[in-house]
Amino acid sequence: MQSVARSQSTVGPDTAAPKDATLIYRQSRWTRLTHWLWAISLFFMLLSGLQIFNARPQLYIGKESGFAYNNTIFAIGAENTANGPRGYTEIFGKRFDTTGVLGWSGPAGRETSRAFPSWATIPSYYDLGTARVVHFFFAWILSTTLVVWLVASLVNGHLRRDLVPRIDDLRRLPRDIIDHAKFKFHHTREYNTLQKMAYGGVMFVLLPLMIITGLAMSPSMNAALPFLNDLLGGRQTARTIHFVVMLLLVAFFIIHMVMIFAAGPINELRSIITGWYRTDPPAHGSKTPQRGA
Amino acid sequence: MAKFVISRRKFLTSASLGVTGIMLSGCDAFDSQLRVGDGLRSFLEGANGLTWRAQRLLAGDSLAPEFTEADIRQPQRPNGVTAPDDDVYKSLLANNFADWRLDVSGLVEKPLSLTREQLMNMPSRTQITRHDCVEGWSCIAKWTGTPLSLVLDQAVVKPQARYVVFHCLDTIDRSLSGDIKYYGSIDLIDARHPQTILAYGLNGKPLPVENGAPLRVRVERQIGYKMPKYLRRIELVDSFAAIGGGRGGYWEDNGYDWYGGI
Repeated sequence: MQSVARSQSTVGPDTAAPKDATLIYRQSRWTRLTHWLWAISLFFMLLSGLQIFNARPQLYIGKESGFAYNNTIFAIGAENTANGPRGYTEIFGKRFDTTGVLGWSGPAGRETSRAFPSWATIPSYYDLGTARVVHFFFAWILSTTLVVWLVASLVNGHLRRDLVPRIDDLRRLPRDIIDHAKFKFHHTREYNTLQKMAYGGVMFVLLPLMIITGLAMSPSMNAALPFLNDLLGGRQTARTIHFVVMLLLVAFFIIHMVMIFAAGPINELRSIITGWYRTDPPAHGSKTPQRGA
Repeated sequence: MAKFVISRRKFLTSASLGVTGIMLSGCDAFDSQLRVGDGLRSFLEGANGLTWRAQRLLAGDSLAPEFTEADIRQPQRPNGVTAPDDDVYKSLLANNFADWRLDVSGLVEKPLSLTREQLMNMPSRTQITRHDCVEGWSCIAKWTGTPLSLVLDQAVVKPQARYVVFHCLDTIDRSLSGDIKYYGSIDLIDARHPQTILAYGLNGKPLPVENGAPLRVRVERQIGYKMPKYLRRIELVDSFAAIGGGRGGYWEDNGYDWYGGI
């Protein structure tokens, strides 16, 4: 209960004492700073990345792209039909009509052939060179932020205290899944099991994989680290993995937003901006142990 | 504080509105600050210099991966200009490049003018490498050519030279002041890299027109647009100021990064 005591004294006299018992300092400045740097970088990397993809809207498996043979597993394109031009998306040879969003999109009467629509790319018009400038700038920010976060989280204990899974987490998992499915949220100092899995998965699997597959596409890095592509199954496979991880990060982002809205957006936003978080009154959360901040 | 009680419907509505709002803000909001020469754009471009230095440090003089004959599964995919429409080029081609010369000029002690035979009589290097196009595709092929370092040694590069500029025969663009022929440049580290060759052979045959006949450069640790085709002249310079728009190459003048190792 140390943290609670400290919280009360820091908050100041203008807030009523009994209420403050539930207000805790949950997110360190390092967590908050890196969180927002990631949010900005990932936003720009996604939209510039989709622009880069538009230059070659196909994904292949292997060392190279098959032109005289077929190793394409995913493609977005446009074709002329009896009903005019249509956009399509092809996954493992199965074709879906995605007119209006993927392949063929734009304002009515001024549609163009482009894989991802202009509202999803930076710049909005086709410009591969600029997208690369934006993408690589934020790649530096993203990777540096990941290193800074890792060091800070090791030093300030965020990693050990909040993210490392415990036996207890495994036991709580079924209950946790049911609670999430019912949109029933417990506001505690600690992350619940699904949160640990989601955040840990992003920090230690998705982001590193994104950086590694990104580097594996660089011809100069291929000279420096030739084993990288051997490990990943070739440059074009690395590019495909890069794309799939992007989809997983987008899925994480959507779930992240859904959870924030469901768990109380004001409280959640306050904790990632100021660090202060309102936990459930002890009557509700007595089962959960409180750990010092 | 009041406990948040939120209905599922209300929640889904607000969540989808939030996501849509974030996505919509992406579209064209940044277009106006990203044109070549804009302040924000120039700031972001600074990352390319960082990448250049970092990759020089990490990659050193390491070689690009080389592949086996079994990895050559298709013809080399041509890109960009594949059939130059220039009269000079067409007449050179008609004569099977007998009148073609590769000039080496600029900051060199001994300017050169080499015939194809002279180049082919120099020691050659053959390498099976992967061509990575800036668009995202890759293609593996076998390239044969003269190491650029041998040509540079023969011309004796002056100490103040910093870049090698390639001037080409093909018109890539037209402007008010006339046709723009392709041009590009690399630093002396890549120019002297053992895999950087002036290629005249592709997959065991003479280099075809669509892939850059009579001569193209291979810079195996960079992206395709850094490897000009239809070479005419090599110029050693200490700055890009007098070259095209001053950014080091045709694509660079159109917003692409000068360093293409990524």
